[in-house]
Amino acid sequence: MKRVPLASLLAVIGAVLVCFVGGLGFAQAERSEEPLSTGAPTNLRRLTEAQYRASVNDIFGEVSLTGRFERGLRQDRLIAVGASQQGLSPFSFEQYDVMARGVAAQITAPDRRGALPCAPQNVERFDAACARMIVSSYGERLFRRPLTNAETQRYVGAARAAHQRLGDFYGGVSAAISGLMVAPEFLFRVERTEADPNLRGGIRLDAYSKAVRLSYFLTNSTPDDELLRAAGAGELHTSHGLARQADRLISSDGFETGVRAFFWDMLGFDGFADLTKDAVIYPAFNSRVAADAEEQTLRTIVTHLIRDDGDYRDLFTTRQTHLTRALGIVYRLPVTPRTGWETTEYPEDSGRAGIITDISFLALHSHPGRSSPTIRGMSVREVFLCQTVPPPPPDVDFSVVQDSSNTSLPTARMRLQAHATQPACASCHRLMDPLGLPLENFDGVGTYRARENGAPIDTSGSINNLNFTSAGGLGQALHDTPQTSRCLVNNMYRYAVGRNAVSGERDWMNYLNGRFETSGYRVPELMRTIATSNAFYAVTAESEGGDSTPGGGQ
Amino acid sequence: MAKMNRRAALRGVLGGAAVSVGVPFLDVFLDGNGAALAATGQRLPVRFGTWFWGCGITPSRFTPQMSGERYDLPADLAPIAVHRDKVSILSGFNVNLDGVPNTPHITGNLALRTGVPVPNENVAAATFDVLIADTIGAGTRFRSLEMSCLGAPHSYSYRTAGSPNPSEVSPVALYQRIFGEGFQDPNAASFTPDARTMVRQSVLSAVSDDRRALMHNLGVDDRQRMDEYFTSLRQLEQQLALQLEPPAPIENFQRPAMPGAAPLASEIDAVANTHRVMSGLLAAALACNQTRVFNMVFSDSASSLRRHGDTTSHHQLTHEELVNPELGYQEQSAFFATRSMEAWGVFIDALASVREGDGTLLDNCLVVAHSDCSLAKTHAVEGIPVLIAGRAGGRVRSGRHIEGNGDPITRIGLSVQQIMGVPIDQWGANSMQTGQTINELFV
Repeated sequence: MKRVPLASLLAVIGAVLVCFVGGLGFAQAERSEEPLSTGAPTNLRRLTEAQYRASVNDIFGEVSLTGRFERGLRQDRLIAVGASQQGLSPFSFEQYDVMARGVAAQITAPDRRGALPCAPQNVERFDAACARMIVSSYGERLFRRPLTNAETQRYVGAARAAHQRLGDFYGGVSAAISGLMVAPEFLFRVERTEADPNLRGGIRLDAYSKAVRLSYFLTNSTPDDELLRAAGAGELHTSHGLARQADRLISSDGFETGVRAFFWDMLGFDGFADLTKDAVIYPAFNSRVAADAEEQTLRTIVTHLIRDDGDYRDLFTTRQTHLTRALGIVYRLPVTPRTGWETTEYPEDSGRAGIITDISFLALHSHPGRSSPTIRGMSVREVFLCQTVPPPPPDVDFSVVQDSSNTSLPTARMRLQAHATQPACASCHRLMDPLGLPLENFDGVGTYRARENGAPIDTSGSINNLNFTSAGGLGQALHDTPQTSRCLVNNMYRYAVGRNAVSGERDWMNYLNGRFETSGYRVPELMRTIATSNAFYAVTAESEGGDSTPGGGQ
Repeated sequence: MAKMNRRAALRGVLGGAAVSVGVPFLDVFLDGNGAALAATGQRLPVRFGTWFWGCGITPSRFTPQMSGERYDLPADLAPIAVHRDKVSILSGFNVNLDGVPNTPHITGNLALRTGVPVPNENVAAATFDVLIADTIGAGTRFRSLEMSCLGAPHSYSYRTAGSPNPSEVSPVALYQRIFGEGFQDPNAASFTPDARTMVRQSVLSAVSDDRRALMHNLGVDDRQRMDEYFTSLRQLEQQLALQLEPPAPIENFQRPAMPGAAPLASEIDAVANTHRVMSGLLAAALACNQTRVFNMVFSDSASSLRRHGDTTSHHQLTHEELVNPELGYQEQSAFFATRSMEAWGVFIDALASVREGDGTLLDNCLVVAHSDCSLAKTHAVEGIPVLIAGRAGGRVRSGRHIEGNGDPITRIGLSVQQIMGVPIDQWGANSMQTGQTINELFV
């Protein structure tokens, strides 16, 4: 052993102590503000399509996926919540199986097998040691935790049986890998709990389950090697270790993917899969426009929130945006580059400001052949204010109020006005129409128009007794109303934990809203607060339910 | 023969080392009413399916005046004229809401299929097609096949809340799923079991080995979801087992040709075309025993069918169009109801065009066609139209107009389940609960 001078050894110990105490002190100061939170029972979240794709790419590198994905279940406005309730149909299993075999074949093909952790001594005979190495290394990444001995044996056994039948080592390990990829431990996020050493009789998430929550929340993908290492070393059970991993992920490229995934879910962009526009009425609208429209809004969001460290509320007022030529045709705006994106601004006189005047919002919440102030108004409430508008009463005769061929009522406002005369309609329509009518200058795909059927369009509207006269006014009102930021916090937390908040989390939610306000409505900071909190990882036993007395969070 | 429990049999088969399930397997579970025999001497299987269209009917153009056999054919039923003796019309059966809010286009549809009205898509019970598939679908490659014709994967087939069995939307994809990889031509000259299929079997068995340990840590709801996962896994195991068996030869069967690419959209002509192609593929799949259960969605429950260049969909029309005073109904909406019944005629034609034994495939099917409401304008769930086609291999009396006079619509679901061999004598909840089958349907 090398001799080390005593003085320098002491200095090192001193530095370590300072670090440790300093770190702890900081953590305690931060933690002391966080109120107790019960958490809820663990949940079983199915990987979404985006999570499946990202996880497979992170684990195996570039591979092509040939199967089809079942539609995500949207529950309480979020697919992240639906993923905790969705089962797995025979159709999906078939498709996962096709994809798994495709991936396994690609990574064991002659051109890629060099990247496997080992090569067999002799291709003729089954090399159990190498098979074990392959199964345990990919198994750990796929299951997001080390395999148990029994699991390793089972999958190595499958590889051996396959090798014997096919006479090929790579056919054998390929079979084992495809098995790992259709296992429930990969397709679902299976959370595990253990006794909490800091709380007698209490339970906590085990370190790997914490890593999984953290990783999918911040990057929408599977834990990387470093995060799995930290979990294995117990670092995620310390606030310092947890913060270090959270900060590392927030500064990684994956964070932008994570922020995009959240907004994709909140904005209901899965709806683009079903979006059709009548080609005769809207000839400029095609699948290229639809894809670019989705990307445009997400670009504006991540540029503003991450690159410019902007205030969330300004997303409803900013004129900064991004355009392609295909979008320029629908927006009737010139776009310089022939291909790719231009970072630009909506002109001041365009009537556009904020993401609700993006065609992603306008086109998604319209009919195939015309705009809909009602659907748009309802969507503003549901998407950005987290409010639920009751469905229409089933026995209403709509033809009285909305005859689109009636030339004496050329604009939607005039047609909708008739709703006010029927109390059953008015009670809900006054919640929706005043938030959608200000957007009537934009037709069913989002192109500007000053008149409808020759009549000038009145774009006045109101929200919470606050009146405005244009789309810009609506955006400013959304910016100013406190419900907008509370809704974002509510969605973000539900997205993070894959369920609705429970009553034992009320103080925590209030605290989180306060933190968001204090930070100047910075979304990355909000995500960091959640990712490094106790509340995010708190769990109760199944039988206690969400309404149990606080305890899990201590 | 001793009565055999299907689940026990399945467990036994899957638990044992040999997972080979031949054609005679099914016969154990048939009740012996099936009369049809193929030329090979094998009993022909009975198939079950649903055919759905959205936004109901135009009553004056749909509901026959006369009851019983040889009922009259109002304008919209013209497409089934040649099959009238094999199609029954069931009118006047009601969904009783029992205080559950009638969420337009959802509540009636799911109440008819599950026996329990719900205010949203969170079904309170499995849909009857799933219960029937549990009884008759096990011995085939696909437990059931779901199809949707308007470009979006609508499906009203649920095992549990939260995940409908998704539909195929593209005829090409449907073709590949049935007749692509894994399909065995029943009339091929020789048969060699594929070693790769055996490998896949052993891999799946490794995956399912850990079931108990996994279930142990889960809550009740999650255990149910994991059950669904393992049911899905088992279906794939069964598909593989069948691929290791030489398929029974099928008379007159020819593998269909791959369909060409065509637009998938909600525009009515595109939908009709997609439906026609899918119906043909389905008939071929049924003929060669790839599945015994299917669910076809012609249009979604809030029908998004459109005419090219029109700003308004079928659903919107049902609400916004004025009643034509001369006709007494909404003319534009009625157009789509008429087209829907034309498609139903095309579907029956496809089944009837396949020769089977001394009859046709239609004779060995039971197809329940229905909508989500009767009159879409008011979302009425009273008198949701139901049509039953086929003779279920001789188990069902067909070709009648049966009037429900306001009886719970669950009588239909109960009857078809019993006809298909599901061992139940009560079905539905609250005032929809019934033990009363529709006797006119039974032989």
